[in-house]
Amino acid sequence: MDIFIQQILNGLVLGSIYALIALGYTMVYGIMGLINFAHGEVVMFGAMVCITVVSMLTHSGVDLPGWAIVLIGTLVAIPACALLGFVIERVAYRPLRGAQRLAPLITAIGLSITLQQVAILIWGRNYIPFPDLLNSDTVSIMGASITKLQVMIVVLCVVLMAGLLVMVEKTKLGRAMRATSQNPTVAGLMGVNVNTIISATFMLGSGLGAIAGVMVATNYSQAHYYMGFMIGLKAFTAAVLGGIGNLGGAVAGGILLGIIESLGAGYIGQLTGGFLGSNYQDIFAFMVLILVLIFRPSGLLGEKMADRA
Amino acid sequence: MTKALDSKKLGLFIACGIALCVLPFVVGGALGNSWVRIVDFALLYVMLALGLNIVVGFAGLLDLGFIAFYAVGAYTYALLSSPHFGIHWPFYVTIPLGALFAAFFGVLLGTPVLRLKGDYLAIVTLGFGEIVRIFMNNLNAPINITNGPQGINLIDPIHVAGVDLGTPISLFGLNLPPVYLYYYLFLALTVLVVIMASRLQHSRIGRAWVALREDQVAASAMGINIRNIKLLAFALGALSGGVAGGLFSAFQGFVSPESFSLLESIMILAMIVLGGMGNIAGVILGAVVLTIAPEILRDVIGPLQMKTMGRMLIDPENARMLLFGIAMVVMMLVRPEGMLPSKRRKAEFKDAKDAAAQKG
Repeated sequence: MDIFIQQILNGLVLGSIYALIALGYTMVYGIMGLINFAHGEVVMFGAMVCITVVSMLTHSGVDLPGWAIVLIGTLVAIPACALLGFVIERVAYRPLRGAQRLAPLITAIGLSITLQQVAILIWGRNYIPFPDLLNSDTVSIMGASITKLQVMIVVLCVVLMAGLLVMVEKTKLGRAMRATSQNPTVAGLMGVNVNTIISATFMLGSGLGAIAGVMVATNYSQAHYYMGFMIGLKAFTAAVLGGIGNLGGAVAGGILLGIIESLGAGYIGQLTGGFLGSNYQDIFAFMVLILVLIFRPSGLLGEKMADRA
Repeated sequence: MTKALDSKKLGLFIACGIALCVLPFVVGGALGNSWVRIVDFALLYVMLALGLNIVVGFAGLLDLGFIAFYAVGAYTYALLSSPHFGIHWPFYVTIPLGALFAAFFGVLLGTPVLRLKGDYLAIVTLGFGEIVRIFMNNLNAPINITNGPQGINLIDPIHVAGVDLGTPISLFGLNLPPVYLYYYLFLALTVLVVIMASRLQHSRIGRAWVALREDQVAASAMGINIRNIKLLAFALGALSGGVAGGLFSAFQGFVSPESFSLLESIMILAMIVLGGMGNIAGVILGAVVLTIAPEILRDVIGPLQMKTMGRMLIDPENARMLLFGIAMVVMMLVRPEGMLPSKRRKAEFKDAKDAAAQKG
């Protein structure tokens, strides 16, 4: 039973990070109907920028508590990634708006490769350790243990997601975003500046991605130029799982995926009599995805699938 | 197509044939055998791209896990013709078997995703490709089937009519190293795949695929069996992938899961899109350009930096991929329909553009 709760907790941490990244995918998809394949790279840049700032601060010998240094790093990473998101949309997607669907997919993949190589140029090919600044005390909940950092991650994710939902539902910007996602032409006629809204969406998603990147880097104590790929893929899976284009769905899909993954990794050995081990963890995400799409092609919370293809 | 083979076309055809026959000697003589090897790989990628083109270009089903079929073909050959299990079956058994297995996997993937479209289909096929790769990576315990991340070594080369393609032979005073021999084998099979693809394109099935791509409901109303025609596209695409996989295995003598990553699937898709989706000549061009261009960059970037800057500013491998990524983006922005679009696609693009112009 202890393992069960432990895995649920691990899954919750992992899942809330997935959810945060999935929001970036789903917002862009909701508004433009395209997969921003370069989003994983934005997450990676967020982690890298934060690590750079944090190392610079610690080396310069500033007398600040650890959490403040990480906070400063994150606060630098957010606008950096928002800018990156803005540039990505301008360079790779805006010129292709209205073009056939595969073209933006290929530019996204090209950008993804480019960004990875830029990351190698700046930070090299090796794993970069995240300085040990944060309190790693553990608290125990019903026999399972979780670090304070992980508790922080979950709480922060919940706050951010709630904030985003409120923003989309209550503010003027949010209303404009919803209008653009329903019909860009009509939204434009109603006085919404569609280009600004799309840029804002990319920047918002990328800012959340930056925070998620910092979370991943602190949670695993390292970052790598290729880290954006798998986590981006999983987060995208989460977005599809919940019903892509649906914000609540992305959150639900992310958390569900995280929990399924860690439960699966914890129990697969027992279930298959030792035939398959926890190294099959990555399979669960895709298995679940395939099953959900077969039985409920619009995702868990998605509306009935539009004929978008 | 049938009658129009006038003397001019015939001449061009023969000239191309001769050029392709002497190509390894020209390339090998001028640039060395490592370049003949690259040409061999270009042929493999042509086969793969043509296979994927059936699924994506003809039938309009976006498949991001195509490399899985390549992997199935490669591993079938590797397991049945290597010391790993001590089985040494000849290639004319293992390659067709690999192709059949791949086609079977194609149907296996195709059946559950019949109802999915567009991005959903893309992500499920992507997941399928990853699952296949993860299994290859981990099926070394408790029963060692794929030998895990280490891959399978010492795979038998292909023997054609008693001739071992893995060792150099002399023919009429010409010394033919293995890369030359494999070139001719690959060329023959590529020609076969090209013929298959072009015959399919202009057949009843090909027209059914176009109809499916344009409008599934209308196609169904016209009496096309959507399920069968989709599964056929998956199976035939996978078949070419499986053949290419078996050849890759024999040529390389070694397979490991690393060769079958998502990036490879994406590369093959990029070949199709950059070359001109749905058009066989375009796809061939795309595959050749995308295989050769990075290799040229590899050879050019290092020396160029030494000459102009006097030192290595950027690691060549890094610079190569960087340029490649940028080129992909620029190419799509400048010419989203690809280098050699098919007539039908061109018309579609024009329609879309006109519609956008009217809208704006």
